[in-house]
Amino acid sequence: MSDKAASEGQLDFAELQGIASEILGVDADRVQLDVSFAKDLAADSLDLVELIMAVEDHYQVTLPPDELDRMKKIGDLWAYLQEHRGDS
Amino acid sequence: MAITGMGLVTPIGTGIEPVWQSLSTGRSGIGPITRFDARDYPTRIAGEVPDFDPELYMDRKTARHVARYGQFALAAARMAVEDSGLNPEAMGPDEVGVVVSSAAGGMDEIERADHMLLERGISRISPFMAPMMITDMAAGLIAIELHAGGPNYAVVSACASSSHALGDAAEVIRRGDAVAMIAGGAEAGITPLLVGAFCQMSALSRRNDEPTAASRPFDRHRDGFVMSEGAVVMVLENGEHARRRGAHIWGEILASGSSADMYHFTAPDPEGGGAARAMAVALRKAGLAPDQVGYINAHGTSTALGDIAETLAIRQVMGASANRVAVSSTKSMTGHLLGAAGAMEAAACVLAMNRKLLPPTINLDYPDPRCDLDYVPNRARPAEVQIALSNSFGFGGHNSCLVIGRGSS
Repeated sequence: MSDKAASEGQLDFAELQGIASEILGVDADRVQLDVSFAKDLAADSLDLVELIMAVEDHYQVTLPPDELDRMKKIGDLWAYLQEHRGDS
Repeated sequence: MAITGMGLVTPIGTGIEPVWQSLSTGRSGIGPITRFDARDYPTRIAGEVPDFDPELYMDRKTARHVARYGQFALAAARMAVEDSGLNPEAMGPDEVGVVVSSAAGGMDEIERADHMLLERGISRISPFMAPMMITDMAAGLIAIELHAGGPNYAVVSACASSSHALGDAAEVIRRGDAVAMIAGGAEAGITPLLVGAFCQMSALSRRNDEPTAASRPFDRHRDGFVMSEGAVVMVLENGEHARRRGAHIWGEILASGSSADMYHFTAPDPEGGGAARAMAVALRKAGLAPDQVGYINAHGTSTALGDIAETLAIRQVMGASANRVAVSSTKSMTGHLLGAAGAMEAAACVLAMNRKLLPPTINLDYPDPRCDLDYVPNRARPAEVQIALSNSFGFGGHNSCLVIGRGSS
């Protein structure tokens, strides 16, 4: 989905699955709302920085560091994106 | 010190047999640069590793977080350990160590990150850039992936790096700090910045229209070296341990010698004094006389200063034997693998002794009269050799010489 589409309509979860799959090196279907970055997807802090860079670019958002610290699961990131897409 | 495994990822082949096929038939691995758009460069040729797929040797995520030099290193290390039959996972964590070198490390990732910094700011520097660029990460990665928990580091001496790595790894075993060492070097410097930097030094051949004829050590029409990439890694093992488990012993590292030129940043001592001292030290440590050496794999980069200085060094050390010893530069085929060159050439010595065939110096069509040794011109030559020397010299005036024995099996 293009950035334009992202800012106009519904977000497509499959797109976030694709980004996380690529960055974290896991199959896309393992990327679900209730999975933990660290426990389930073996993402360390460097992986998360890389994931956030990709997500910020794709969705045109900026994730403040204190928000990042609160995000433990894919669902946390997804909720933030739905609220803030296209903010920046 | 037994050599029980070898792994090679090079412009002339991946794996022992493809590499030997090229070395024994005089096939060059040099071609046009495809890693980046080199159209504005005075040099547009290099020795690239063709069709390298890192995911054959590591998972996708690891491949994304390791610079190309580290990918080569892990691939070569996996091949070497498999070839050795050693199973580090079944050994104690202190028994197997790693010394794998690189001259330039993750140049590709440094350049990529610098581009992001300039274009988009600090927040787009990859968090993996620092671990990817450091020249010791290959050794760390190999330990993680192959369960080698013994001494672990890189030795860096530019184009002598992996010769020093092999020499030092042998010492680690000799002093009892490990039973086996995974050792060698890796390089992936065919990048816009590094190729450009060597162009600015007028160090590289500009024979763009005839890439396979560009690396021509000891030939008077040479015009510089050819940059190459790749990795060569060996498994060195305590000889008794290797024999007890019935391992195939490719050869032995009998001794190493090191010295500094004390002369210039990049130019060799024109008299070859430092190089000669490294060779003499290596022979003395091995307890061998010059007339026992049957083959010398020269550093021979295809630069006038280097070729002539090394010829003088060989004459100084070998004395009357200099007229009898066979000398060849396999860089005529491989190009210059920089931090992986020493290990590449140690492997060439091992294979030459095993296969009883000396690889040639190709492109030696117009011998430089100042280079007056037997360089095994253009065609491989059958020969029974028991002892070989491998010379490696690096920017900074670092010299390393390995004495390699044919081995007993």
